[in-house]
Parts: sequence; structure tokens; C-alpha cells
Amino acid sequence: MSDFDSNLDLAGTGASPAEAAELQRMLAVEQQKAQFTAQVHNFMDVCWDKCIDRPGNKLDSRTESCLVSCVDRFIDTTLSITNRFAQIVQKGAH
Amino acid sequence: MEGFGSDFSVGGSSAGKVDTGAIMEQVKVQIAVANAQELLQRMTDKCFRKCIGKPGGSLDNSEQKCIAMCMDRYMDAWNTVSRAYNSRLQRERAKM
Repeated sequence: MSDFDSNLDLAGTGASPAEAAELQRMLAVEQQKAQFTAQVHNFMDVCWDKCIDRPGNKLDSRTESCLVSCVDRFIDTTLSITNRFAQIVQKGAH
Repeated sequence: MEGFGSDFSVGGSSAGKVDTGAIMEQVKVQIAVANAQELLQRMTDKCFRKCIGKPGGSLDNSEQKCIAMCMDRYMDAWNTVSRAYNSRLQRERAKM
């Protein structure tokens, strides 16, 4: 679900530049939504296994806060690893 | 989840003019279908792992019940995770 062609060629379709730009803008919005959804699917892959033991009658508040923390800590981990990796690369560059 | 129609004609091709609204409508439907398929596939994977310990001769009653429960909880969890991610994005944006 990743990229739509970001330079959609509407030549020969009778679209005015304004129409093409408008379509481009709306597609970009949909693309962002799709990226968000894809990311939620990825979080679910990790956090479901971490937080749900046996599916019960409802999500209890402990499970709920586990899911919220899981998302936040996963993002923190991503940022932390990205930063440290960048430092390693910079040091190694010379 | 609306409209699983498969007849995606090119928007406004008959008039030789693009119908932006019709194109976007088709894009949205296609994305919705893709999202539903993704959800279904992932939910099946997770709930099979949770509910079917040793595959027997058929899905027994307790397995069926577990699957139904698991589906409902998966969708609850999905919404919780989606909200958590969204509010994190908002907080990060506020920091900038």
C-alpha cells in the first residue's frame, strides 16, 4: 500500500493543470492515511503479542494501557535506535 | 466498509474529461478493500495462534467461541492502538 505515483501524468486526459494539482493533493492525503493505517497494522503485530494473553470479554484497562505504552515505547525505541545509529555512522565516517 | 464493486471504470472517460471526484471515489474504495483484506489476514493469523492449540478434526465449540472473542478484541485493540499512535503524532507535531 505504499506509493502512488507521485508525478501522476494526466496529459492527454483533458485535465487542466488546476485539476491535476487538485487530484495530486487529494491523492497525497489518501496516501498519508494509508501510511498511518499500515503503521497501525505493524504496531498491532508487536503489541498484540506483548499485551494480550487470552482474549477476554472486553479489553480491560490494564490491557488498554499496555497497548498505549507499547505504541509509545516502540516509537521511543525507533527514535533512540535511529539517533544512536546515526552517531555510529558519523563516527565511523572518518 | 462500503461498496465492494469491481467494475472500476475510468472516471469520466466518456466525456473526455477527468472527473476528479469519481477518481477519488474509486481510490478510496480500493484503499478500503485493501485495508479490509489486510485486517482480515492479520486477524486470522493472530487468532489462529491464540485459539487453536493443537488442530483437531474440526473447529470445536470452544475454539469457535475463542475465535469470535479474539476477533472482537483484535478490533478493540486496533482502535486503541490507532488512537494512541494518533495522539503521539499530535504530541510530536506540537513539539516542532
